[in-house]
Amino acid sequence: MTPQTRFLGGFTDAPVQAAHAFRAAMTVMARPGELRQLVGATPPDGLSVAAGTLLLTLCDPDTGVYLARGADNPAIRQWLTFHTGAPLVPAAQADFAVGFWQDLVPLDQYRIGTPVYPDRSATLIVECDVLQKSGATLRGPGIRDTARLSVPDAAALQANSDLYPLGCDFFFTCGDTVAALPRSIRIEPEG
Amino acid sequence: MNEYNFAYLDEQTKRMIRRAILKGLAVPGYQVPFASREMPMPYGWGTGGVQVSAATLTPDDVFKVIDQGADDTTNAVSIRKFFEKTAGVATTEETEKATIIQTRHRIPEAPLRADQILVYQVPIPEPLRFLEPRETETRKMHSLQEYGLMHVKLYEDISQHGAISTAYAYPVRVADRYVMDPSPIPKFDNPKLEMDAIQLFGAGREQRIYAVPPHTRVVSLDFEDYPFEASKADHACDLCGAEDSYLDEVITDDAGDRMFVCSDTDYCRSRREAGHQGRLAQEDAA
Repeated sequence: MTPQTRFLGGFTDAPVQAAHAFRAAMTVMARPGELRQLVGATPPDGLSVAAGTLLLTLCDPDTGVYLARGADNPAIRQWLTFHTGAPLVPAAQADFAVGFWQDLVPLDQYRIGTPVYPDRSATLIVECDVLQKSGATLRGPGIRDTARLSVPDAAALQANSDLYPLGCDFFFTCGDTVAALPRSIRIEPEG
Repeated sequence: MNEYNFAYLDEQTKRMIRRAILKGLAVPGYQVPFASREMPMPYGWGTGGVQVSAATLTPDDVFKVIDQGADDTTNAVSIRKFFEKTAGVATTEETEKATIIQTRHRIPEAPLRADQILVYQVPIPEPLRFLEPRETETRKMHSLQEYGLMHVKLYEDISQHGAISTAYAYPVRVADRYVMDPSPIPKFDNPKLEMDAIQLFGAGREQRIYAVPPHTRVVSLDFEDYPFEASKADHACDLCGAEDSYLDEVITDDAGDRMFVCSDTDYCRSRREAGHQGRLAQEDAA
């Protein structure tokens, strides 16, 4: 990586781009199963636009980030450190974890919060090859009746939901598209 | 020197608030601690709501502020001006046109849409606070769902007054888990807490943020034999004639005369513009 590339690809107008990005992130977290476009950042190879934008929107020196195998390369490390100042930490200490599902599992290595502070849990940003409104059935807060979302492993996610009000929360990213799955949602596999 | 960062707060503060909002949405009704900042207005003037609004606003938003339903009171006017100046957003008094509505103590009468966000200013976020002053204990009570004390309080209402006399900040249970203070909205508004819009709650002095996602089950606590009742003054609005809106009682002279008017000024105005008239509408025009 040349010295220049790590400096590129950040927000060009951070207050406004981060505001739009957060609204997309908040909308999908409040409405599980909805898809939104999430753009603004141009991260190095190995991170999607949506995942990179989420990291720039939510991470700073106060948040530990865990880069799972496929998302862990020197270019991404330098880019993330330059643009956010977020410390890179092991999975067990992470506020945010990024990577493909097979690199992020098992889920029990992440913080799930404590009974009195359930908010002190990890948020996983899961990179996906496809992201669409089909597949597992979702029920819970934010959904009128049911919603459908192509989640990677319905059984593991339902096990996370069984911990409610503890548990991890998930963003799913694919290209410039984002969806989310908070721990409050019950998941039934397809079929 | 009148250049502010967009929406006043610095970016790191907004990120901190945004992370709290996301956790709040993931655990509906749970109070997420956040590092509330000093704002250029006193505590009790909506500093929590202002910080949540600042972290949520985009330049494309149309912003509305109501105080007890009114767009034209000091608190509402000053917060609206604050964001006109620091965020350059468009503002409106019309519920219909707003994308973010910051509110003190009311939910607008007109049903909110999926593309709208309601931000509440919250004085005391902890519904158990007046029953148990210690934060360590109320945290434990929430974690164990130990909400018996709240039912005892409502029962004592009944034993003293013959009915549940709690009329505002009426406790609700969110998504069958957390008991939540809906902020001091009249209990008339409680049924509207199940809505299409995202609801965010900010308590600045108490440093808490919580949230209710759309279509979330929100149940007002009650008893089988004393069911929850959303009550209002038994009158019609004297200006617009509405019988379904929450009313303010206004004393009009020293002889005990009074009038009832919609607390939601935009609802009342739009009804009058549509030709509806209440008891005193003629006088008012004269």
